[in-house]
Amino acid sequence: MTPPVLEVRGVTKAYGDREVLRGIDLAVPEHHAVALIGASGSGKSTLLRCIDLLEEIDDGDVLLDGEVVTDPAVDPVGVRRRLGMVFQHFNLFPHLNVLDNVTLFPVRAHGQPRAQAESTARELLARFGLEGRESDHPDDLSGGQQQRVAIARALSTHPRALLLDEVTSALDPELVGDVLDAIRELKAGGMTMMIATHEMGFAREVADEVCFLHEGQILERGAPAAIFTAPERPETQRFLRRLLHAGRL
Amino acid sequence: MDGRPGRRPRTAIAASLPYDPAARRVERAAARRRRTRRQAAIATGSTVVVIGLLVGVIVTSKGWESVQEAFFSPEDFKDSFPAVAKGFWLDIKMFVIVEIAVLIVGLIVALARLSRPPALFPVRLLSIVYINVFRGVPTILVIFLIGFGVPALELSGVPTDPIVLGCIALGLCYGAYVAEVYRAGIESVHPSQRSAALAGGLTESQTMRHVVLPQAVRRVAPPLLNDFISLQKDVALVSILGPLEAFRVAQIEASANFIYTPLVAAGLLYLCVTVPSALLLDHWERRRRR
Repeated sequence: MTPPVLEVRGVTKAYGDREVLRGIDLAVPEHHAVALIGASGSGKSTLLRCIDLLEEIDDGDVLLDGEVVTDPAVDPVGVRRRLGMVFQHFNLFPHLNVLDNVTLFPVRAHGQPRAQAESTARELLARFGLEGRESDHPDDLSGGQQQRVAIARALSTHPRALLLDEVTSALDPELVGDVLDAIRELKAGGMTMMIATHEMGFAREVADEVCFLHEGQILERGAPAAIFTAPERPETQRFLRRLLHAGRL
Repeated sequence: MDGRPGRRPRTAIAASLPYDPAARRVERAAARRRRTRRQAAIATGSTVVVIGLLVGVIVTSKGWESVQEAFFSPEDFKDSFPAVAKGFWLDIKMFVIVEIAVLIVGLIVALARLSRPPALFPVRLLSIVYINVFRGVPTILVIFLIGFGVPALELSGVPTDPIVLGCIALGLCYGAYVAEVYRAGIESVHPSQRSAALAGGLTESQTMRHVVLPQAVRRVAPPLLNDFISLQKDVALVSILGPLEAFRVAQIEASANFIYTPLVAAGLLYLCVTVPSALLLDHWERRRRR
């Protein structure tokens, strides 16, 4: 049997004496999307950053295609080259135009010829409705457009899995839809994804599994229908009730 | 919009009010022009009064005749200018070379200071010591020590030309300033940029080269130019080692004839480079604020 694309085993992480992750176990099989939900500060972003080796974990293991990547002997650069990440605040490179933002990784990290990287980049940008914006700078784009460029950038290296860190949280409400559409399309195309999100409707629609994080632990997990209609844990119930109250469900 | 309930069609609004936007705009523009003219008149008037007073006080002072003779003599200016200007050409060559060297040295030292690997600790330590020593010692002292100390070592292969040694001394001093400017720029680039670059699979050095440095350099261009302006004046300090640059030439002329006009001529030449540099700096900063 093939191992899951991503697997997290007993991962813990503390900043000083503040425990952010307290033993996380998680697996994302190929073509699956796992949604991480939970209040701000519950550890969703930290977990994604630990998986992409942007943060060092204290204990446990992260596996990519069955290989332990958190071993100190493993070069994190090679691991990151096999993953794609999209950030809450886009983090596009402001000194580069849109096309160069999308070609930087394939050209510099993967040694692709520029012409090839550019044609892939143009295709990706066109796919996300950004045709004709190639020579604009990120500052000239709306938040929604910037985030779609960031998704194109993350896909430019054909990653094994995509890590999405609250990619719509910094967007004006009317711009959220386009970004969610882009992710729906990726899911339909079979991309393996881990999605930290506050968009419950979206999580319910796209995710194969939903994990509720609370104070660094996965308190409840299951099929979206089950979690959203019949949550078992009182913490999950309270979290969902608060969202409902805020009109976010 | 016109289709919304409770709204009258646009034409009806226009007809019901005695309001002509075009006339209002013309009126406002005219008022603005009147105000601008009045302000310009006031500014001109006050400038004339202040400068007039200053000139009046200086020109009517008891010593003005002799000061004019010594500092602002047109004949002395004409006589000394070619020699001073020729000396200034050496200043230009020196500061252009030192500026280029300092841009490279400063960057290397800043990168050394910010290096992370523990194996590079000695390099980091060395760069910190270098920066603090050369920022903390008067430039003129460094020029003295290097200009007279290095030749005294009588080592073979070490330059003894005072111009070269002066440039090295200036480069060492300004390299320390410029390294700190670069460092401030590098540290001002948000860590999320680094995260994004690393997440894309770039190595640490590729992240520095393609993501952090280009943004840092853009940000520190104005403070770098600021240091260059002070370097453009400080090349005059190399005169203590003897090279015939503008200040030195002017000084020789001055002491030979007991006149100071050559020094004024040299001062004007320095202004010819520093003022345009300062204007360029202002222009950059204005553009950056926008």
